Amino acid sequence: MANVTFTIDGQKVTVPSDYNIIEAAKTVGIDIPALCYDPNLEVVGACRLCLVEIEGSRKLQTSCSTKVKEGMVVHTESEKVVKLRKEILQLLLDNHPNDCLTCQKAGECLLQRYAYRYDIKFREHDGARRPNLVDTSSPYILKDDSKCILCGKCVRTCNQVLDRKVLSFGGRGFDTRIVADANFSLEESTCVSCNRCVTVCPVGALVDKRLLGKTRVWDGEIKGVKCKACDYGCNFEVLSKKGKNIAVRAKAPSEGRPLCLKGRLTTELMYLDEPETPYKKEDGKFQEATWKEALGLEGVFEKILSDENDKK
Amino acid sequence: MITIQELNEIKQKTLENMKLRLQEDSGKGLHGKHVLICGGPGCHSSNAEGIKKAFKEKIKEKGLDKEIKVSLAGCFGLCETGPNVEIYPDGIFYAHIKIEDIDEIVENHLCKGKIVERLLYEGSLKDGKIKQVSEVDFYNKQKKIALRNCGIIDYESIDEYIALDGYQALAKVVMEMTQQEVIDIVKASNLRGRGGAGFPTGRKWETAYEYKANKKYVICNADEGDPGAFMDRSILEGDPHSVLEAMAIAGYAIGSDQGYIYVRAEYPIAVRRLQIAIAQAKEKGLLGKNIFGTDFSFDIELRLGAGAFVCGEGTALMESIEGRRGMPRTKIYRTAHRGLWQKPTIINNVETFANVPAIIQNGVEWFKNIGTEDSPGTKVFALGGKIKNTGLIEVPMGVTLREIIFDIGGGIPNGKKFKAVQTGGPSGGCIPEEHLDTPVDFGSLGRLGSIMGSGGMIVLDEDDCMVDIARFFLDFTVEESCGKCVPCREGTKRMLEILERITKGEGTPEDIDRLESLAETITNGSLCGLGQTAANPVTSTLKYFRDEYEAHVYEKRCPAGSCQSLLEFFITEDCIGCTKCARNCPVSCISGKVKERHVIDTEKCIKCGTCMEVCPTGAVIKK
Repeated sequence: MANVTFTIDGQKVTVPSDYNIIEAAKTVGIDIPALCYDPNLEVVGACRLCLVEIEGSRKLQTSCSTKVKEGMVVHTESEKVVKLRKEILQLLLDNHPNDCLTCQKAGECLLQRYAYRYDIKFREHDGARRPNLVDTSSPYILKDDSKCILCGKCVRTCNQVLDRKVLSFGGRGFDTRIVADANFSLEESTCVSCNRCVTVCPVGALVDKRLLGKTRVWDGEIKGVKCKACDYGCNFEVLSKKGKNIAVRAKAPSEGRPLCLKGRLTTELMYLDEPETPYKKEDGKFQEATWKEALGLEGVFEKILSDENDKK
Repeated sequence: MITIQELNEIKQKTLENMKLRLQEDSGKGLHGKHVLICGGPGCHSSNAEGIKKAFKEKIKEKGLDKEIKVSLAGCFGLCETGPNVEIYPDGIFYAHIKIEDIDEIVENHLCKGKIVERLLYEGSLKDGKIKQVSEVDFYNKQKKIALRNCGIIDYESIDEYIALDGYQALAKVVMEMTQQEVIDIVKASNLRGRGGAGFPTGRKWETAYEYKANKKYVICNADEGDPGAFMDRSILEGDPHSVLEAMAIAGYAIGSDQGYIYVRAEYPIAVRRLQIAIAQAKEKGLLGKNIFGTDFSFDIELRLGAGAFVCGEGTALMESIEGRRGMPRTKIYRTAHRGLWQKPTIINNVETFANVPAIIQNGVEWFKNIGTEDSPGTKVFALGGKIKNTGLIEVPMGVTLREIIFDIGGGIPNGKKFKAVQTGGPSGGCIPEEHLDTPVDFGSLGRLGSIMGSGGMIVLDEDDCMVDIARFFLDFTVEESCGKCVPCREGTKRMLEILERITKGEGTPEDIDRLESLAETITNGSLCGLGQTAANPVTSTLKYFRDEYEAHVYEKRCPAGSCQSLLEFFITEDCIGCTKCARNCPVSCISGKVKERHVIDTEKCIKCGTCMEVCPTGAVIKK
């Protein structure tokens, strides 16, 4: 891949020619805000926060979808760009509940981070808001539509796995929502609780329900581990507080790693001091299960034990 | 497979039968006549089929069915006066025809040659003289290219299309020209996209032609969605073959063998006529394998849209054809490089395509002599709103708005005063009287803060409130936003909320500033054309009619007397005390004795306007 040299915020940068501006910016420590961009997902250009000014281009361009070109001159924080970003963030906050105090995502939320960075605040208004629809049907995922900013990352990551494709957009315009299958609850839907959607959600719209109220990012320690349930070796994090491992959460899948519930439960069982009861979906209903059932080890487990006993 | 000789044979044979209509032959005796009934959208829904049937029956009864041909044709344009009937070779235009009128026309006009004056279109009767249809004011300033066959040929007859040089351009292209030569002609003609943006068609084709790929696609965008627009619909319904022929030409030029027409399912008549036309063209070998015995093969399929306005956006349309949710794609590649199924794709609007065969047939010079240098050719407009001649027109680019509205459109009805004209639908803007002499072309309308758009033209008079017009179009955009990008999804909603507040008399001075700031964000920040132009109705009315916004905000007054919440009904001294208003008021808020002036209790009044309607002396006014 040939290299190109371009200028960004006054710095000359040389990167491979297939880089987007947003990736190239990162190489020199320039963080262009973006809510819908994820290097592992298809580029959609929906949030419009990453718009930048390119000299010679009449319109602002999204840096997630624009490839760098030789000699290009980019401004990522020009007056025009910043004004637009502030207004977009304000539009998002105007339609977002003021719940950062108790939100599970606080401290990691991208909307929170950018609102702070650009000094945008919640404000009173009597206009319409997203309906306060919260799906609590799944023991693994909490889906809160009122917090959703419709970046669509969850839909894209869910659709990367051929036999999942559970999430999609429903409705239109201001009433657009993320729906599971034909607007079913997560329990009724074909959702397999892999939590891929949770790992990419930039806000508190999709959160890991088994983490709720236990710890937030600044509260304790976080240690990365690899799942040992299968050869993919998906990445997980073990969260601990006061020396006790209290929760496990999936990390964003990359390089074709699928994430799955069995892997997550296996990791929980391996690392947690007091793992919570596992649940299994049967005929569209979540049921409490034993660990053997949840991990599909019934029969196998006994066989292994008796085999070991025989050898003794 | 058809040969050029066979095509010419059909042409000669059919043309012989169409001469009366083309007024090239004065008819064989008194009775040789053609009765054309408008089958356009408006007339069709006013029972054009029934009228055709009645004519046929009556003519048969008179034993004239061998000499008089009755057929339905595409839109005549003057929807205001429908159902319309034309009689050739006399060139007589009858308007507002009802089934009951048919006996009289057949008895007097067709049998005895006596024109039925009472049924004539009023514009064709001047100073006791009867004008031919081509000479009436509505038609004589028009120039028809895209609509050249509409209203002349029977839309279900491929032979009649062939008779008027149909498929000659395709024959010429595939048998005599190279791909580059076709592209060069389209480029040289400077035909610009009639869907609204005005992108040069030839350049689009060339980009797709130059990009190597094993499969390429031609798409016809027939997802016409602007409120009040029916240009594309009329072409599809009145002359479907012109679009098919042009798509095949485009296919040859870029090296594609597959075309799709994306037409909205709400156009069932257009869909049916297209299906008939495609089947006819395939049967004759004008579509399909080895067209005119060459290596060139081209097939066309229909794809029906479910009615989302945003699917008129090229990439959203492609997503929809591919079976996904109709949301615009972010522009990473040009669609001419990677479009439908990631293959090079050209997408042109119906009207653009309809121009192509005419350009190939008549040459670049002919085309460039019509219209302006920057925007050659013609443009079809759908005239609507407060205008006498509601309907469909095609004019050379460069005519002024004044000519369109007053000369062709007949001006404003009921002696009202012209206020503004809204062009370009929800993406367009309002143009006030001071700019009426602006020539209509892509550049000029853009400079006024509006756009050419696909050709909707809504005329507004003194009774229309400009804030409310902006609100109406924003309401449409909010409804039709796909919800993908933040500025359009969230921003247009907030703008609409502000406009609703202002029209209710609850607006504040900050609201006007906020509108301007939001307009800038939505325009500069949105992903696709829908969002980028969504604020135009607001910015253009703020530019030309700011005083109306301010009257609403500062004085809580609607100068046009249109915003209900800001009105008060009032009974003047002209009241004769007839009690009619009091008796009809649904909330009993009018009091007064017989033969004395009545009074409205404005606290109780729900502003329904009934009192004003029923008052015999016009004593009830809005303040």
